[in-house]
Amino acid sequence: MTDATDTQRADTQRAAAYAHVTAEVTGIPLHYPRPRAWWLCFLPACGLLAVFFTALGVLLWNGVGVWGLNIPVNWGFDIVNYIWFLGIGHAGTLISAMLLLLNVHWRNSLNRFAEAMTLFAVVCAGLYPLMHLGRPWLFYWVAPYPNSMTLWPQFKSPLTWDFFAVLTYLTVSALFWYIGIVPDLAATRDRARGRLAQVLYGLGALGWRGSAHHWARWGQAYRLTAAIAVPLVVSVHSEISLLLAAGPVPGWSSTVFPPYFVLGAAFSGFAVVSMIAVVLRGALGLQDLVRPLHLDMLGRLLLATGLMTAYGYAAEVFDTLYGGEKPELSLLADRLTGPFAWSYWGAVIANFAPLQLLWWRGVRRHPLALFLIGFSAMVGMWCERFMLLATSLHHSWVPSSWRPYTPSFWEVALFAGMLGVFLVPFLVFVRFLPVISAFEVKEALFEESEEKGGGHAGA
Amino acid sequence: MPQIFTASADTWLRAGVLLAALGVLVTGLLWGGAIGSSYITAVGWVRDQPVPFSHKHHVGDVGIDCRYCHTTVETGPHAGFPATHTCMTCHSQLWTSAPALAPVRESLATGTPIRWQRVARLPDYVYFNHSIHVARGVPCVTCHGRVDQMPLMMRAQPFQMRWCLDCHRDPGPHLRPPDQITRMDWRAWDREGHADYGPNQAALFGIKPERMTDCTLCHR
Repeated sequence: MTDATDTQRADTQRAAAYAHVTAEVTGIPLHYPRPRAWWLCFLPACGLLAVFFTALGVLLWNGVGVWGLNIPVNWGFDIVNYIWFLGIGHAGTLISAMLLLLNVHWRNSLNRFAEAMTLFAVVCAGLYPLMHLGRPWLFYWVAPYPNSMTLWPQFKSPLTWDFFAVLTYLTVSALFWYIGIVPDLAATRDRARGRLAQVLYGLGALGWRGSAHHWARWGQAYRLTAAIAVPLVVSVHSEISLLLAAGPVPGWSSTVFPPYFVLGAAFSGFAVVSMIAVVLRGALGLQDLVRPLHLDMLGRLLLATGLMTAYGYAAEVFDTLYGGEKPELSLLADRLTGPFAWSYWGAVIANFAPLQLLWWRGVRRHPLALFLIGFSAMVGMWCERFMLLATSLHHSWVPSSWRPYTPSFWEVALFAGMLGVFLVPFLVFVRFLPVISAFEVKEALFEESEEKGGGHAGA
Repeated sequence: MPQIFTASADTWLRAGVLLAALGVLVTGLLWGGAIGSSYITAVGWVRDQPVPFSHKHHVGDVGIDCRYCHTTVETGPHAGFPATHTCMTCHSQLWTSAPALAPVRESLATGTPIRWQRVARLPDYVYFNHSIHVARGVPCVTCHGRVDQMPLMMRAQPFQMRWCLDCHRDPGPHLRPPDQITRMDWRAWDREGHADYGPNQAALFGIKPERMTDCTLCHR
């Protein structure tokens, strides 16, 4: 008898805990806790978006001549930021898809907003190669389609690789994110009071009723998409490294490039995920869902990928010294001491100096410290992308072709505006959609209690 | 809790998605069809001209050579339009009071050229040179069609890039002896076959098909 009542009591407690998780997560879009703070973020983000549209208009009207590019430096902020944004995006897929396939349950508190970050970062990244075309409205020429010119895209061109890589990655990221959010949209729909909210969340939920049949299908779809997404991280960012490595330019011919880029991408992305995690748990009061454990795990990922990126730096320098090619050596000297030395040392210091603090558990679990280290890594990785492109191009083979590069006002404005392109949809996501995967957190809770042996041993 | 959606909502959603997919497909097909249609390429459409000049009469019936009017076709990028004086070689004697020729007489009197409407026109980003095509033996009829059968001038070919490339990828079969290029009804080799002539000429002229599709050949 007592056993039975105990089990019942435990069940009731657990049910209450689960209900609390769902209520907490779905409560954010339905009764947003801090609307004033949200508007304070959203309005400046909209301002940045306006800057983006202005810079875009100037670019379309005048052509890429408004940028500071020249020959030989024909890749500037456009490709730097393309690589940077896409790299940031990869962390979301790694956290979500890879850890899903590995059955790592602590990911369940982080995956949703990490995926949203991926989605919007990929959009920002994808816009850059389009805009840097001379005539962006003819962008569809890079797609192979039956045309009156009987021409195929130039498959030797990195532009074509970009097209396929980004489009595939965007499609898979969007699908993965959407499949993941469907059950939570249904939970939000069921708790919504207003008619409009019910209909909109209901449409998004696609008639989800939570039947066993639904869950079985959902599990298949989710894992299948995850299995497609994970290899894409590697292939897409390797492709990007080959944009550089395939070019006969000093400083780009190291065989370490593909892994170096993929790991750097993951590093910069984990940095941004850490920042978002810290901000969201503070702003939305999610301390009980995004716990110090999660910050700890993010810190470890950041440290691990950071150290692997550092290996890439070392390998690159070693390659140059071991190869002993004169132009390569000259370029190395230019990187360390030339006009863009700030970007090299900025990358080395911002990426790897604060990172060492993450060896300590206390630092990893301290939100502000993690945020600042993440921010430093994000800036450092931007410096690295800039360094890789600008130094190699401006300091090419023949001294007569060396030319300086200064980003123009509109190049910088477009970058600032692009942050708005990222922030506006992300803030809309935070405001109106479940930012944390409630049902997966509950799954993790359930399995935790199973492991403790407190649950239905025989049920 | 009351139902949010009616029982048929699912069907409507599916129908909507299906309709959107079909819409995309149909738009694509229509677009693809429109691009190749004569409405876009203007093949077979006559244009209004200041004078209803008949190539059928002048070329087919009278037998005037193309180069009599299009004088620069062998020497320059443009075939050239005839000056009013060229028309007046004959029309100062023939049909001197025909109402249809009034604009020609007026042009001569005022010294203002007749504003013909171009029929065979390429975009400005295409570099095309008549003289080299003529010198290598590409006949007029290949691009301009049987003008000796056109009472009013119309475009005979779509003038799209794929059409240019069809020939540039394999120019041999399209070549004939340069002294026969203006013949509209030249059939001699069609009966006997001239399989060897084209490739031989191409080799003789140093035409390399693999270079004939370089972007910069036409987009300079």
